[in-house]
Amino acid sequence: AIQKISTSVPQFTNSPTLIVMVGLPARGKTYISKKLTRYLNWIGVPTKVFNLGQYRREAVQAYKTFEFFLPDNEEAMKIRKACAITALKDIHHYFTQEQGQVAVFDATNTTRDRRADILCFAKESGYKVFFVESICDDPDIIEANIMEVKLSSPDYQDCDKEEALVDFLKRIECYKMSYVPLDDEMDRNLSYIKIFNVGFRYLVNRVQDHIQSRIVYYLMNIHVTPRSIYLCRHGESELNLLGRIGGDSGLSPRGNKFACTLAGFIQSQCIRNLKVWTSHMKRTIQTAEALGVAYEQWKALNEIDAGVCEELTYEEIQEHYPEEFALRDQDKYRYRYPKGESYEDLVHRLEPVIMELERQENVLVVCHQAVMRCLLAYFLDKSAEELPYLKCPLHTVLKLTPVAYGCKVESVFLNVEAVNTHRDRPVNVDVSRDPQDALLTVPEHI
Amino acid sequence: FLSSSQMWCASICPASLPPFIVPLRMCMTNCPTLIVTVGLPARGKTYISKKLTRYLNWIGVPTKEFNVGQYRRDCVKIYKSFEFFRPDNEEGLKIRKQCASAALNDVQQYLGEEGGQVAVFDATNTTRERRETIVRFAEQNGYKVFFVESVCEDPDVIAENIVQVKLGSPDYTDCNTDEAIEDFMKRIKCYENSYQTLDEDLDRELSFIKIIDVGRRYLVNRVLDHIQSRIVYYLMNIHITPRSIYLCRHGESDLNVKGRIGGDSGLSLRGKEFARYLAKFIQDQNIKDLKVWTSQMKRTIQTAEALSVPYEQWKALNEIDAGVCEEMMYEEIQENYPLEFALRDQDKYRYRYPKGESYEDLVQRLEPVIMELERQENVLVICHQAVMRCLLAYFLDKSADELPYLKCPLHTVLKLTPVAYGCKVESISLNVDAVNTHRDKPEVGPHCTAWGPVSSNMRSVPVLSATCTLGLELLSRRISDRWLLNRGDILKPVRLDLFPHFVFPAE
Repeated sequence: AIQKISTSVPQFTNSPTLIVMVGLPARGKTYISKKLTRYLNWIGVPTKVFNLGQYRREAVQAYKTFEFFLPDNEEAMKIRKACAITALKDIHHYFTQEQGQVAVFDATNTTRDRRADILCFAKESGYKVFFVESICDDPDIIEANIMEVKLSSPDYQDCDKEEALVDFLKRIECYKMSYVPLDDEMDRNLSYIKIFNVGFRYLVNRVQDHIQSRIVYYLMNIHVTPRSIYLCRHGESELNLLGRIGGDSGLSPRGNKFACTLAGFIQSQCIRNLKVWTSHMKRTIQTAEALGVAYEQWKALNEIDAGVCEELTYEEIQEHYPEEFALRDQDKYRYRYPKGESYEDLVHRLEPVIMELERQENVLVVCHQAVMRCLLAYFLDKSAEELPYLKCPLHTVLKLTPVAYGCKVESVFLNVEAVNTHRDRPVNVDVSRDPQDALLTVPEHI
Repeated sequence: FLSSSQMWCASICPASLPPFIVPLRMCMTNCPTLIVTVGLPARGKTYISKKLTRYLNWIGVPTKEFNVGQYRRDCVKIYKSFEFFRPDNEEGLKIRKQCASAALNDVQQYLGEEGGQVAVFDATNTTRERRETIVRFAEQNGYKVFFVESVCEDPDVIAENIVQVKLGSPDYTDCNTDEAIEDFMKRIKCYENSYQTLDEDLDRELSFIKIIDVGRRYLVNRVLDHIQSRIVYYLMNIHITPRSIYLCRHGESDLNVKGRIGGDSGLSLRGKEFARYLAKFIQDQNIKDLKVWTSQMKRTIQTAEALSVPYEQWKALNEIDAGVCEEMMYEEIQENYPLEFALRDQDKYRYRYPKGESYEDLVQRLEPVIMELERQENVLVICHQAVMRCLLAYFLDKSADELPYLKCPLHTVLKLTPVAYGCKVESISLNVDAVNTHRDKPEVGPHCTAWGPVSSNMRSVPVLSATCTLGLELLSRRISDRWLLNRGDILKPVRLDLFPHFVFPAE
């Protein structure tokens, strides 16, 4: 019998990978760790960050001063080493008991000894190691980092900004003395990427496999230039009004009104060099047309293909395909419509869009409900379980602005009424359920 | 950092336009790119140039390589010896400089007038002075420059290069192997003294990738845009370890037998027989660490099952989606969708089935498969007719016009082995009969359908009447997706069914 396979790509499962960050404090290690982890999880590779600073904060309840980090502070050294060992134990547990695939060990790891210990640990268990070193000598970037993420750290909650900055700079000095960067000669057999000055230059050594190659590609495409990403759906469509899914209909009168209002909103935002992207479907194109600016069309942004259920109402799906309807409610992320797609397939086809969004600066993406949920899940680090139920109502623009380690979201409803197209997960997802139970959460329509 | 030509482009794109004016070409971000190779002889520059060019053309970026050695051979009809390359040979230097200029002129022609997007300038370019000349040339013309340097000191790799590609060069047709190697080694020496490798500090303003020891290490500096990022990704995934790629289709399926396209049927009896023969063939080939890939459709999976080895399933390897024509016979398509049928024959590569895909779409979704094939070693890909045509076109450098008509019969395995600058193909028919599913390009008459009202379920209709060439150009681009990096133009779409009052500018 042929098993029903739902994933789009081979999983390339082999040995787990341990990504090891390297670099002085305030070089963006945690920023990179969190972003990379978010990306890998989104594309379906179970990944987790292990931040050593977090372990240290749990071990040493109250941070006093930079003196903790002095190289001759033996007491502190003992604690820090113990924390590292605990973190590595947790990584081992994550790989062996929690089906983790990639672990990101987020710490300075600035000495050759420490890195040798990690390599030993990995070798014993058969984990692949990939180092990510961030080198930065631009004092402006470092100060900006400190302002953005360090001053609000739990370590400095009772300090004033000036004091905190001074203490943190002294902390960095503690590490500088013993910092040995990855070396071209001595470390020539290790796999690593060195990032210079936030992406100006990269040195990549001995990429071993597919996932390391993807990681390198991703790291080489991200940047930290301030910008915003605007996500919205097309205006209300004719099929939306009828409660029918999919299809390729045009905008309803209210949808047209939304398009004009969107144009006004975009103008009022005075966005520098805004790029506008749509799908290949009429409703997003018509929406973008009203903006009066050039826009790019991506087939990859087309709505999820509902296969045999295209242009049906939920009532009709329940009538003709009750079993499929129930299976979808059981696992909405992985469920693939017959002759159609799953959310998981969607994520796979949206990956180049995400990669290009990372490269770009200000972008407005006019797309569709399922597509917008996938993109939003990437930016807001939502799990596969949450993704298909994210609320993306019509006529509402989400403005995403990267800040600190995450993303600020502003939701702007443009005051043009529209139908609700959001269907929550019903309580009863059993294949043999009553039609009423199945249709309980269907939103109203004509 | 905006070159003057970029600023010029930006200024002709007003933010808002009166709704009845259709802008023509809006070149916003895609200035042409000049890729410049750097490195001593026998470092793989031409190999990289040709492979990169092949890849970029396949994904839809018009690219051409300009090999200065070729220009030199055209100029100096007969190569005598390495003495031509001696740094003190003034006559030689003059000729070589002229050749480089001639090549750059042709680059200008290609990027300016022939619609090229990327030109690969394949020469040693080992001195800073020569590179500065090229950068100035590029600046004058508004090209972005990206250097690709190959550095290698491993004598075994260099020797292997010489044996594989240099001995067969026109320069050495009348020499025996030992003489040729000796001469070539002296040739390399001529360059070594003046070689100035790209430097992290001195060249920090340039965009480049330095490939060290055939991919063991890379130094990447100042990647400026999407296409450079893709080029870097590609170069970092290719390797030269000897291996073979086996391509074949699933065994004959039940729908094949009925003459129906698409669908998801199982194997016919003959198809199952093929699967068994394939298993034996693979065993006999004794392939080291073979990976087997299939699509997620029954017929490829059933074929792989017979091999009794683990296999990976890629949704991206699924057959082209024929949309409304799925599971129809060609006769039924002709009967129900005669216009679509004709349009497909007009431009089979770009034509997209209603609610389906085009070959161009297929290439886009197969790109990650190609990338992974480059990373891998020995692989057997069991796929489908249209898919196999796309993959084959990549390996054999077939154009978009040839691609949809490549012959990929059932029950035949193609073994592709990279050799020198290309790919050796061995075609093995496994001696199990099957229907023929190949449809050649029919004679297309000069009479085309006139422009008529566009119904709302036709996403786009290429305008074939001669009176509306502009509309044709704009609309035909709407037939299928275009890669972001191939988009020299960001078009405002002309959807006549949406805006019947549009006026085409006179041209």
